[in-house]
Amino acid sequence: MSSDVRFTDFKSDKQPTWCPGCGDFGTMNGIMKALANSGTDPDNTFVVAGIGCSGKIGTYMHSYAIHGVHGRSLPVAAGVKLANPNLTVVAAGGDGDGYSIGAGHFIHAVRRNVDMAYTVMDNRIYGLTKGQASPTSREDFETSTTPDGPQQPPVNPHALALAAGGTFIAQSFATDHKRHAEIVQAAIEHDGFGFVNVFSPCVTFNDVDTYDYFRDNLVDLADTDHDPTDYDAAKEKILDSSKEYEGIIYQDESSVSYEEKFGVTENMSDIPSGAPDDAMDLVREFY
Amino acid sequence: MPADFNWAIGGEAGDGIDSTGKIFAQALSRAGRHVFTSKDFASRIRGGYTAYKVRTAIDPVQSVVDRLDVLIALTQRTIDENLDELHEGSVIIYDGDRSTMADVEIPEGMIGLDVPLKALAEEAGGAIMRNVVALGAACAVADFPIENLDSALKKRFGGKGEAIVENNKKAARAGLEYVHEEFDYEFDYDLETTDNDYVLINGDQAIGMGAIAAGCRFYAGYPITPATDVMEYLTGRIERYGGHVVQAEDELAAINLALGAARAGARSMTATSGPGIDLMAETFGLVATSETPLVIVDVMRSGPSTGMPTKQEQGDLNMMLYGGHGEIPRFVVAPTSISECFWKTVEAFNMAEKYQVPVYVAADLAMAVTEQTFAPEVFDMDKVEIDRGKVVDEDSIDEWLDEKGRFQPHALTDDGISPRAFPGTEQGAHMSTGLEHDELGRRTEDREMRVEQVDKRERKVETAKSSEDLSPREFGDADSDTLILSWGSNEGALVEALDFLEEDGIDVRFLSVPYMFPRPDLTEDIEAADEVIVVECNATGQFANVVEHDTLTRVKRINKYDGVRFKADELAEQIKATLDAEEVSA
Repeated sequence: MSSDVRFTDFKSDKQPTWCPGCGDFGTMNGIMKALANSGTDPDNTFVVAGIGCSGKIGTYMHSYAIHGVHGRSLPVAAGVKLANPNLTVVAAGGDGDGYSIGAGHFIHAVRRNVDMAYTVMDNRIYGLTKGQASPTSREDFETSTTPDGPQQPPVNPHALALAAGGTFIAQSFATDHKRHAEIVQAAIEHDGFGFVNVFSPCVTFNDVDTYDYFRDNLVDLADTDHDPTDYDAAKEKILDSSKEYEGIIYQDESSVSYEEKFGVTENMSDIPSGAPDDAMDLVREFY
Repeated sequence: MPADFNWAIGGEAGDGIDSTGKIFAQALSRAGRHVFTSKDFASRIRGGYTAYKVRTAIDPVQSVVDRLDVLIALTQRTIDENLDELHEGSVIIYDGDRSTMADVEIPEGMIGLDVPLKALAEEAGGAIMRNVVALGAACAVADFPIENLDSALKKRFGGKGEAIVENNKKAARAGLEYVHEEFDYEFDYDLETTDNDYVLINGDQAIGMGAIAAGCRFYAGYPITPATDVMEYLTGRIERYGGHVVQAEDELAAINLALGAARAGARSMTATSGPGIDLMAETFGLVATSETPLVIVDVMRSGPSTGMPTKQEQGDLNMMLYGGHGEIPRFVVAPTSISECFWKTVEAFNMAEKYQVPVYVAADLAMAVTEQTFAPEVFDMDKVEIDRGKVVDEDSIDEWLDEKGRFQPHALTDDGISPRAFPGTEQGAHMSTGLEHDELGRRTEDREMRVEQVDKRERKVETAKSSEDLSPREFGDADSDTLILSWGSNEGALVEALDFLEEDGIDVRFLSVPYMFPRPDLTEDIEAADEVIVVECNATGQFANVVEHDTLTRVKRINKYDGVRFKADELAEQIKATLDAEEVSA
């Protein structure tokens, strides 16, 4: 790793096909800045994405990456990290990817606490399929498939994460460039699963959860007396649906990553050219 | 005296059937006898009929037969379930004091030995040892030196302390002495021992052992019958070699975890059974199109849907060959015996990395959960070779960079195989995707590139066909006009069926095919034969269909899909019947 890595080193020469004004641009730039600031480089970084608009992120970045199937970025990312703990691993997905089709994986990834960052580009709508309700859409949000609104409460991803034993729970806003990069960097540097829900507005299909809405309603926890290490205070913020928060909501500073707990420390790509020297012992066990 | 001896213990699940059977099998194996075990179990934890059968001989045994010489019956149902296999003179050991056996009906011509198992066990130190008393009684009947039981008891109970081992030895001797003192029969058995050293292993364990030998360091799976033993084997062992096992939240997570580890450069594996393969189908396509080396073990059981989880079938061949949307090469290797479960797993890892494809290991319940004795050299670890294929490092990567210095993980090559760069390799950073992609791995819908990438992936199959030895395993009379083809665990029963047929003056040639894709070309073998019979454990003849497709020749079929594996004697009869039917119709 070299110390002179710039965030542009993480940029590929492929032009994004996101709509002009899409929140995903800011989200991605922040992730690239966070990676550069955390001291890794593209050859030692692995980005995992699902599908949908958010899933394209790996294409526009320069690193080792995989663009997986819908909702399954988290197990792939955990597999990468466990097989080579030297890598910096970031999983990126959308609200449908993470909280609908991949909701089961989300809870278990939180529990597992593998040392990686997970950034969800939450625009509260399905963009690439042209505007259907997502799991974080408001109850009365009218879309082509929910003409009267979903009529179900939106998923509270932070509550899910906290209930599952989350050790780093945060939220950021794509256009607050500096703050967003800071929060993602903290997630990367957290020893365990660093979860960041990123408000990433869809300018094409969501006319409710807009840039203006977030600008007007977002409360930065850094401007309050919130102590992210205080579990009860975090719980209170997470269950408060009257406000939108930005910042690190909860961080367990005593978090022990999965790798550390289970002693998974070796780069598993290094293997001998034949069976292990003592492999006949494996056979003799069956006497 | 018959050359082989067949023994079983049966009762309700929860009666300790499995561990008792295992102790006896192990004792026989350690006494230098060949052993082949089979389990008959229901899909429940307590209650329901369950049995553990052991066939043993001095010569190798590799299948089950329709005969039981000694049966330890803990319930009346045990006798009823096995009536077909019991014969005149079969010995049934039971405990008349047990409430369920108070009015036991011993079929005519058979010998019932009423042994107070529970009472004798209590005298020896605890009622829990009643099955061990029965083992002692069985030793008396089989004339098997009881000292051979001791080391198996030590292995089973050693962890619980010396006193427990001693009590168990005492219990076994109580059973032995009771039979000697109370009954006056001349039993027809003499289980002699030899100095041979054998190991006793089941197919799932052999797969796990093969994986470790082949350098597999990452395993993710979700428990499912009958594949769970693979995960249980690897857990606690793979760590010794720097590896790790993850019990995933579901099969979708399992294959995705395994995919991630494989992309990071680890030899990676998942194992499941048919329902799990269904769930993995979408990611399977990503594994294949991203050209990620991955070993996926399918330990088949009866389907469809939940089917019969504890029963045998070879019904997933079509799914392994064709499952998933779109078209993509995938390799399918099918071990034909328990020892081949080891070797084919090793081979699967090499094929996966050499050709950068997902490789299915098609095992089945009949070999996965049954044990067989082998000389340890059968698993000679010095013969394990690891071929990682076209992996590039910092020094060799230059040749694979484009004019802008970008690595090309899907470079178009003559053999269809592109370079691989493990993460951490300088200049190797690249993107993989399930979208159709160009040589850089970037999404494309360019018509020409689409065709080139599809053709490139298909070229790997031709490369494998020309460089891998895909020969079938051959048995029987090479010059016979009758050709039997089969795959998977049927090999053992067929090999023994050949002996039965030979006794009747019928010589046949048998090819056991371990590669389902790419497959060996069987055209010449089929054209040289007058009669071709394909034997498999499914209803529709999935292998027979591909054989017909490949060779443009109609074949006869023997199919079994009642959930029970082929037995050697039964198979011989069916082959005879098929040949006779042909003569009649001719």
